[in-house]
Amino acid sequence: MDAQTALIESDIECYLELHRNKSLLRFITCGSVDDGKSTLIGRLLYESKSLLDDQLGALDADSRRYGTQGDALDFALLVDGLSAEREQGITIDVAYRFFATGKRKFIVADTPGHEQYTRNMVTGASTADLAVILVDARKGLLTQTRRHTFLASLVGIRRVVLAVNKLDLVDWSHGVFAGIERAYREFAAQLGIANIVAIPLSALRGDNMTAPSANTPWYHGPSLLQHLEQVEIDSPAEHGPLRLPVQWVNRPDHAFRGFSGRLVGGHVRPGDAVRVLPSGRTSTVGRIVTLDGDLPEAVSGQSVTLTLADEIDVSRGDVICAAGDPAGLADQFEAHVVWMGEEPLLPGRSYLVKLGAATVGASIAAPKYLVDVNTLEHLAAKTLQLNETGVCVLTLDRAVAFDPYAQNRDMGGFIVVDRLSNQTVGAGMLHFALRRSQNIHWQALEVDKTARVRMNGHRPGVLWFTGLSGSGKSTIANIVERRLHALGARTYLLDGDNVRHGLSKDLGFTAADRVENIRRIGEVARLMVDAGLIVLTAFISPFRSERELARGMVEDGEFVEIFVDTPLAVVEQRDPKGLYRKARKGELKNFTGIDSPYEAPEAPELHVDTMQSDPERAADAIIGYLVQRGIIRATN
Amino acid sequence: MTALNHLQRLEAESIDILREAVAEAERPVMLYSIGKDSAVMLHLARKAFFPSRPPFPLLHVDTTWKFRAMYALRERMARESGMELLVYRNPEAERLGINPFEHGSATHTDVWKTQGLKQALDRYGFDLAFGGARRDEEKSRAKERVFSFRTAQHRWDPKNQRPELWRLYNTRHGPGESLRVFPLSNWTELDVWQYIRQESIPIVDLYFAAERPVVERDGLLLMVDDERFPLRDGETPRLRSVRFRTLGCYPLTGAIESHADTLPKIIQEMLLARTTERQGRLIDRDVSGSMEKKKTEGYF
Repeated sequence: MDAQTALIESDIECYLELHRNKSLLRFITCGSVDDGKSTLIGRLLYESKSLLDDQLGALDADSRRYGTQGDALDFALLVDGLSAEREQGITIDVAYRFFATGKRKFIVADTPGHEQYTRNMVTGASTADLAVILVDARKGLLTQTRRHTFLASLVGIRRVVLAVNKLDLVDWSHGVFAGIERAYREFAAQLGIANIVAIPLSALRGDNMTAPSANTPWYHGPSLLQHLEQVEIDSPAEHGPLRLPVQWVNRPDHAFRGFSGRLVGGHVRPGDAVRVLPSGRTSTVGRIVTLDGDLPEAVSGQSVTLTLADEIDVSRGDVICAAGDPAGLADQFEAHVVWMGEEPLLPGRSYLVKLGAATVGASIAAPKYLVDVNTLEHLAAKTLQLNETGVCVLTLDRAVAFDPYAQNRDMGGFIVVDRLSNQTVGAGMLHFALRRSQNIHWQALEVDKTARVRMNGHRPGVLWFTGLSGSGKSTIANIVERRLHALGARTYLLDGDNVRHGLSKDLGFTAADRVENIRRIGEVARLMVDAGLIVLTAFISPFRSERELARGMVEDGEFVEIFVDTPLAVVEQRDPKGLYRKARKGELKNFTGIDSPYEAPEAPELHVDTMQSDPERAADAIIGYLVQRGIIRATN
Repeated sequence: MTALNHLQRLEAESIDILREAVAEAERPVMLYSIGKDSAVMLHLARKAFFPSRPPFPLLHVDTTWKFRAMYALRERMARESGMELLVYRNPEAERLGINPFEHGSATHTDVWKTQGLKQALDRYGFDLAFGGARRDEEKSRAKERVFSFRTAQHRWDPKNQRPELWRLYNTRHGPGESLRVFPLSNWTELDVWQYIRQESIPIVDLYFAAERPVVERDGLLLMVDDERFPLRDGETPRLRSVRFRTLGCYPLTGAIESHADTLPKIIQEMLLARTTERQGRLIDRDVSGSMEKKKTEGYF
């Protein structure tokens, strides 16, 4: 019987008290396929007595059915949870495992070795304090070893265990072990990983897993479990200044107003001076409220509710900071981005970025460079594909509070979400704010938009016509412009003829080029709206997110999306320019409706059903709408 | 103040998850199954939103076959928390009188629980449901996200889960789609017990050993909790000192022989026992990979 079991039996109260005060180490294991990650974790669970009879029974049965170790237990099967994986014999996702020893509690993220699943490794690493990187002694360092080490360093892991596994298969050779260790240290030094411990292992046989092995008399370091029990856990943010991203405003009644969130840096006491970002307002902390009574102090990692002495406006997404050492505030950053979407990054497209409790619209410029994870070389790139990483400029549609990721993971780490699929398509780490975003201000001119509107006698706006090629957008837009002109309104019509031949003549029809084309049109429309004009645009503009991007460029109420709705079968039959025929024959690529999608508006301001209405009547409806909205007067 | 111990860390993380979900959901609900994990989850919710009441209702998807003591605690906890309690019973199952004795455990669980849960979520239009599942319970749970996406048909796609980084949870979903959120993801069975003790959280007394009428059937000790239990030839309920490690429908939940009548004794017994807690449940034994299969179909 081991010491822990004896204590449980003899003095459960004492055991529970010891257990309660254990610290927690979160680590990841990573390596290439067949390096033995799952076996290593299975062995740790087994050795720490975290496996119970029914699990061992199931393991025994599974080992006979799916196992690769003959009659012996196949520890990998313990960890490979999903049946799909058991059949394929690979790990396909991040799995979390729990075990405890007499000294510490552990949460292990088992992360996959397959190249296409790099996003899962970054996911597992984002919450880890330490990485165990496995290398097969027979194979030495592989592309994936470098990739995983690079990604671990990218997400801020500074402690690595180099687990040189399967040493039994190279006759416990000290030379092989030393060679791998040397090569690895050389590589890791470039990444600034200072703390590396290399351990010779056979996870399958248990050598150096929990105790020194007689097979490696030349090795004098700790066993894997000893090292994991002893290694220091530290987080730079704990000792940094106060940071409390506000998740929820707590208002049970009119008398109480508290701000709920988790401290991600520093500590706080009643009476402390704080500054709330982005507003910059200051106050002092009143109480730290919990169900167990008010606290005299809260530290990094705790979830609390604060009250402030002054009635200042604080909402979800704001950050309560130490008044004397507040976070930065910016809307443009340089960041390292890891792309996780099946669709590549579309530079200029409007995504959502979640940073702390704030979710904001954001666009990402084409990468400054992409990092080759094998050589750490910087390569030129126009986009980021799935599992690629690179340094990009990120522009948000409003300023947010932040700290560089290296100082505070929770204040500098963000995810990128696609507005349409709602998928998490990327993750990133902020390096620094770009000076530009703090220094460029719009030149305040004396003749401004208000002055121009006054002179024009109507309000400006964008009439954004969207629909399939041949649906009648230009026809209707032309009639509307003629009517507006007759009413004395200042207008301009942007269409394929005056844009594709000039402003966008360098662009083709790929998805990326379509996005850029619409972005340019949106920017031109924005300037024209600022000039006081009513701008009509007639473009297929097939993607919802680009239309939303254009909408976001002007003020609320200035954007009127008009869906010219004609069924594909009808436009294809009309085919005024013969384009559908060419597209069907394959002579025209990326043609909307044929081999490129059209995303119909979900809630356009106006829906023109051309099967029910002719162009003149459609124009009547549009003019009527503009009058109703107060953009023009009926008799201007 | 010294560094947080692991229970304080787990508590803070769970509260963080609860608040984040509530801040972003349109219509959240907490699945309340009356077991010890639900008890801990409810307690954490009361902490997370104090001094406000947790801003969502409790939902119990009932099968009419729970232990009587569970129904009693359910009413008490709803009263004490001041939260709205919704009880949903699949009307189809009620009409057909689905029960574990005549229809088998698989049909009983599917119709009452899996179908019942989907019906309840659809009927009330909940877009986010908290559940008390832990990653240490079962292999397929170990791979589930804290915020787990479900299609409009309530299906889980284990191969197409959203990456979940740091504490940044992506809660975006389309109409009809929903999220299952598991605030206890990183807790272990020992953590749950220790927290119940530390916080004096009320739990069903069936977890404590006492003399109870049981019969032995198919290798399980089943408690005869009411007169609906059909005894087979030769079966006579006998009083034995037993307790339960998990609680579900009484005809499907096996008891263990035990004299552990205090929390420390329960924890001691659990730590020295050599079987995991789900072993007392009939449903997980049906087929290998059964939990994963049920989960893709919409089971919690």
